[in-house]
Amino acid sequence: MAVLLAVEGLEKRYGRVQALAGVDLTVEPGRLVGLLGPNGAGKSTLVKIACGLVRPSAGSARVAGHPAGSAAARRSFGYLAELFRFPAWMSADEVLGLHQQLAGSRGAAPERAELLALVGLAEHGGTRVSAMSKGMQQRLGLAQALVGSPPLLLLDEPTSALDPSGRRVVRELLERLRERGTSVLLNSHLLSEVELVCDHVVIVDHGRVVAAGAPDELRRQGGVEIETGDGVRAFPDAHREDVPRLVRELVAAGEDVFDVRVVTSTLEEAYLEVVDE
Amino acid sequence: MVAIVLYGLRESLRRKMFAVVLALTVLFLALYAWGTHAAFKDTRSFVGPGQGQLDSNVLAGAIVLGLAMFAIVFLGAVLSVFLTLNVVRGDAEAGLLQPLVVRPIGRAQLLLARFAGAAGVSALYVLVVYFAAVLITRWAGGWTPDHVVSPGIELAAAIVVVSAIALAGSVFFAPIANGIGTLMVFGAGLIAGLLGEIGHAIHSAKLQHIARLAWWVFPFDALYEDALHRLTSGTTGFAEFVLTLGPFGGSHHAGAPLLAWSAAYLALVCGAALVAFSRRDL
Repeated sequence: MAVLLAVEGLEKRYGRVQALAGVDLTVEPGRLVGLLGPNGAGKSTLVKIACGLVRPSAGSARVAGHPAGSAAARRSFGYLAELFRFPAWMSADEVLGLHQQLAGSRGAAPERAELLALVGLAEHGGTRVSAMSKGMQQRLGLAQALVGSPPLLLLDEPTSALDPSGRRVVRELLERLRERGTSVLLNSHLLSEVELVCDHVVIVDHGRVVAAGAPDELRRQGGVEIETGDGVRAFPDAHREDVPRLVRELVAAGEDVFDVRVVTSTLEEAYLEVVDE
Repeated sequence: MVAIVLYGLRESLRRKMFAVVLALTVLFLALYAWGTHAAFKDTRSFVGPGQGQLDSNVLAGAIVLGLAMFAIVFLGAVLSVFLTLNVVRGDAEAGLLQPLVVRPIGRAQLLLARFAGAAGVSALYVLVVYFAAVLITRWAGGWTPDHVVSPGIELAAAIVVVSAIALAGSVFFAPIANGIGTLMVFGAGLIAGLLGEIGHAIHSAKLQHIARLAWWVFPFDALYEDALHRLTSGTTGFAEFVLTLGPFGGSHHAGAPLLAWSAAYLALVCGAALVAFSRRDL
């Protein structure tokens, strides 16, 4: 299958403000890509260009091989905006029904019931949006993005209004979607969340990609710590490969070794290193 | 497209403002029935012996229905403006628009469907209230306009034009600014018609020229005046003269070019709204 989202040299300028300054990014089939960056870095602009909500100043964005914003591209993704609202007078089931009609989905009532169950709103099909908490509305937003089983999901801060259990539901949902082969571009401020579910992470700052790779690649090793009878001994320049040698040397020197820990930085530390805040 | 039209219709009917307009309309029709009944009664005693050539029923019926048409077009304009003022920028700022726009339906169909929903509700409202007023006039005094259907259709068409202006404004302006702006444009059109009436009364060619120009800029006023003209287009003689002293002084036959221009104007305003919306970042 072709690349689901291909962004090349993407630029966006709002008057004098350069929101994006030449971003390249791809989302392969079945991949979960996390988009990180400080406020104003250009993440939401990037997602909006992919959706066709915003027109780029230069560069290109293609969704499933079609120019972003075209009718063919719009058939290939589901989108959850960072700031969205559904009409307060509609029930959850009616919201999904409307989006089924707009997306051309023939899933009818079974699809709506499945989606509501998937986001933990199985009992709330008849609940009006006005009676829903912000978290419930966010879950409904996720269900709406999944209408028609699009191959690509573009999620802009999907967990911003959720409590920890709601976030967990979303994480599990994303993992299930990956198993199904759905690709996801996840724009989130929650590094721990991105670290847990994403295969690939792109860090954007001042409209440019400043780091990209698998979470393991972005995390840096910070030495080795070995707990001996005399306490914890730190080897800050050592790597994982050095562990057998270090243990052998300590044992040969008469030390008792109780525990070995390869110290790695978190994604947060890696993020803070590359982002100019 | 049908889904969005129905969505727009449901949204329109659920607004509190719609309920307020309905309540005001019921009040208006009740007062109209009372006033019309009194008007017919008073003009019968007003037209005395020797004034037989003046049909009191025509005089009272045409004047009160003409005044009612002003109220109907005003209420219809308010309704249409409130139903369309937030279609683009207002809904985008509220986050209601984005989930719909990214769907395969696309921007053009979405905008036209929302317009069809809002303009449809407003036009239907105007037709219902107009025909209710015609029936009340007939009940109160037994008078029926020379043309019954075409004035109602023209009033509804005038409101559709106002809806299109508010829709186009919604692409550029925030809801409150758009609402105020569109109602000011509507008011300017009516004032231009009034200027024409004054120009006619004082024989000012310049004022009449301004009014004629205004018809092309604000064709909803031309439609309203033509609708007014059609109510009594078959009335002649002294009755016709007396009618020009009332609200019918502002009635004018628009003619085919102006009616065709109204349709073209509607298409142009909708086209401009579509182009602007297609280029707008959301």
